[in-house]
Amino acid sequence: MTRVTVKTTINHRKYELAPDPNQTLLDILREELGLTGTKRGCEIGQCGACTVLIDGRAANSCLVLAPQIDGKEILTVEGLASDGRLHPLQESFMDHDAVHCGFCTPGMLMSAKDLLDHAPHPSEEEIRVGISGNLCRCTGYVQIVDAIHDAAERLGKKERIEN
Amino acid sequence: MSNQSYSETNESADLHVTGEAVYVDDIPVGGQLLTGRVVISPYAHAKIVSFDLRDARRIPGVHAVLAHADIPGDNQMGPVVKDEPCLAADEVTFCGQAVFLIAAETEQQCREAERLIQVAYEPLDAILDIETAMSNDSLMGSHRRIERGDVEAAFAASDHIIEGELRTGAQEHWYLETQACLCVPGERDEITAYSSTQHPSETQALIAGVLGIRRNSVVVEVRRMGGGFGGKETQANHTACWTALLCRATRRPVKIRLFRDDDMIMTGKRHRFLTRYKAGFTGNGILEAVRIELNADGGAATDLSFAILERAMLHADNSYYIANFSVTGAIWKTNLPPNTAMRGFGGPQGTAAIETVVDRVARFLRKDPAEIRSRNFYGTISRNTTHYGQTVENNRLPEMYNQLIRSSDYRERRIAVDEFNATHEFYKKGLALTPVKFGISFTTSFLNQAGALVNIYTDGTILVNHGGTEMGQGLHSKIRHIAAREFGVSLKRVKVSATNTSKVPNTSATAASTGSDLNGMAVRNAAATLKSRIAETIAEVFSEENRSSPTFASHIVFEDESIIDGDHPERRIAFADAMPIMQHRQVSLSATGYYRTPDIGWDREKGRGKPFHYYAFGMAVSEVLLDLLTGRHKLLRTDILHDTGTSINPAIDIGQVEGGFIQGVGWCTTEEIKWDENGRLMTHSPDTYKIPTVGDIPQDFRVSLLRTDPNPGTIHGSKAVGEPPFMLSLSVWLAIKDAVSAVAGHELEPEFSLPATYEVILLSIEKLKAKTLKEASL
Repeated sequence: MTRVTVKTTINHRKYELAPDPNQTLLDILREELGLTGTKRGCEIGQCGACTVLIDGRAANSCLVLAPQIDGKEILTVEGLASDGRLHPLQESFMDHDAVHCGFCTPGMLMSAKDLLDHAPHPSEEEIRVGISGNLCRCTGYVQIVDAIHDAAERLGKKERIEN
Repeated sequence: MSNQSYSETNESADLHVTGEAVYVDDIPVGGQLLTGRVVISPYAHAKIVSFDLRDARRIPGVHAVLAHADIPGDNQMGPVVKDEPCLAADEVTFCGQAVFLIAAETEQQCREAERLIQVAYEPLDAILDIETAMSNDSLMGSHRRIERGDVEAAFAASDHIIEGELRTGAQEHWYLETQACLCVPGERDEITAYSSTQHPSETQALIAGVLGIRRNSVVVEVRRMGGGFGGKETQANHTACWTALLCRATRRPVKIRLFRDDDMIMTGKRHRFLTRYKAGFTGNGILEAVRIELNADGGAATDLSFAILERAMLHADNSYYIANFSVTGAIWKTNLPPNTAMRGFGGPQGTAAIETVVDRVARFLRKDPAEIRSRNFYGTISRNTTHYGQTVENNRLPEMYNQLIRSSDYRERRIAVDEFNATHEFYKKGLALTPVKFGISFTTSFLNQAGALVNIYTDGTILVNHGGTEMGQGLHSKIRHIAAREFGVSLKRVKVSATNTSKVPNTSATAASTGSDLNGMAVRNAAATLKSRIAETIAEVFSEENRSSPTFASHIVFEDESIIDGDHPERRIAFADAMPIMQHRQVSLSATGYYRTPDIGWDREKGRGKPFHYYAFGMAVSEVLLDLLTGRHKLLRTDILHDTGTSINPAIDIGQVEGGFIQGVGWCTTEEIKWDENGRLMTHSPDTYKIPTVGDIPQDFRVSLLRTDPNPGTIHGSKAVGEPPFMLSLSVWLAIKDAVSAVAGHELEPEFSLPATYEVILLSIEKLKAKTLKEASL
């Protein structure tokens, strides 16, 4: 198969890659770049374990083919913390015990980031809709919803302080 | 970064939120890694007439294509009964059974090789449901029976009799991480397996078996699983054995990670049951006599079916005293994947049967079902022995009932629901309370044992190894709490290692909710050995410094990160400072611990004994809103009160209660397993098999832990929590049934099965309406 050239930014770092055109973004992240935080759950875009942000919006990386990320900015769970500090979502997931087996956690965090980036003060219903594409088999979701609520508040406070 | 952030609750949370937590598929391996693939049977039952692997073996990049004859050891991976070949030999007995193995450099090469394997099958008749198995006398083992009293005489003397049948469905585990194993070859015949298994010792034993090597050449390590739920108790062994065979054949590291659909097709599920019941009761709703006949679909091999049926039989009483009680059980052999452990392990199926009985009794008598339930609860002084002879000690049911009825406003909401139903034609509400009493211990009594190895290093850090595995239930976090408390040190000083068969050998599965009960005690016993050594040595040190009034080792206490003479609190040394002294004085800082559950015993033949160390209790009230035109329902509110004794970690326990309950809601409502007429799984992907999403949880969800005395005889007074809350989901199932029943003014018994899918609900409503019309026209 003819390889394609793809220029992309992943976790704030520029890459020039030469993948097979039928490779998925998930394959590239896990197999080529060793970014194994993004998980393989179902590989048909149903479970959300492989969720990453593409140009700031949540996407199932198992359904994205390599050529589609040309010129895009990708953020994975490994890029969520910045300057050695955890993102408020990461902190609140820890504080609310929203992590059980942890396999859904990276995808859940990325969907939650998309939500909070676009709706900084979400209602409970909006949070539920925001993570409705992410399956979790352990928690019963309550602690996850609570964690996202709390992260929104922390982000709100941070914003007020910075202003 | 991981060092800066830290969770008191979850020992790995910092790794999970940064993506650093390592599962089997994430372990970095050098360039030699091969991908393994399993070629499965397309037939539910067929003879393997012939096959040809030559073309497949010629594909470039393919390093091995194996059939049963290539297995150097035993072609066997049955965990208890040896009736499960590792690779099918002459016959396949279910769709999805492993027949060949391929190892290649890429997944694509594996698939190309698979296409070139030529197999001639001769299809045979297949048994695909319990009824067909019954009529063909396709019985697995023998019929089982647990009885008390004279059921027939009591039926004859009862005021009322009801009879019926209940079907409960299969359930797929749907762990987020599919079955996975990575095997790395070592010197001579050594092999290390990184397996996503709940039972590393059994995985080790079966790998040794299929390879024909000794167990001391096999190491199995489990850092964590991405969920288990029983699905990796025995069936993780399969993927591990296949991977090990390919590793041995190629002498290279090999990994098999099942694709989701393959995992769903190949692995067993929660057993579906066909249950028949008959109950005699008084005009007050007191159960006088009950007969329950449990029929389980075992699938094509035994797996853990005997123990699962047994637990179903031991939970067919749920929380109710039944003076005359007969429970019989049978496992039927079918041509479906061998069914296996899943959270509750037969308990949910047994509980669903008796809950149906009590629900029907209440409807028959036009009484409130919660009231009828409470009348039949086990007593605290009398009416407190089970049908198998165990006394229900420390019975919390009456106390929890009173609390929950009040805190959930059950009585007011019952009235409100009835009013709503009287004024709404196309919507009905339903409300139900269900209790759970769940026995804690493996019913195979000898399995109730655990080991630990605790090492202290000279910098004062502690590494705890134990036989239990982490699958998201928070076991390692609880163990860390237990160890820190025993040594009187902060959590930061304690690390729990990956589970490894070379550190703690011959362990039981992490199952039956017993993980922290058993391993926690083993860790405590190891800590006790170390503390006594440390106390003696430090008492010597203190005494040397205070010759006039020596320190007694037995008066040394471990608290506040220090080792202190209880009689002279000024004599103290920091925990970390004491450890180099231990080394200088040549005292070992490593100790094993071992625990076995005392005072339990179960006579399987007689159906009598004390199989359980204790009982865990819980209770739930759920309310639903049902759309009669579509069958769609909304879970409006659930109140749960659950008994975890003195919780070691309330955040983890509440998470287990919520998660177990919701997994149960899936079993009760949307999770429907269907096979086609050829025995092929139709619901083999999340497209068609629906586990609960966040939209399925109660709109208003109130979970609390019972404030209660410490549980006697368990680690730090705690109780097991993994499985019991699962059965609380029956409150949702019965609330839906209550809403359906409102269609006929609660005058008629709805036809109902589990899961209550929209289809089941709509059919039930239609039949009720038809019956109501018929009665009206008469």
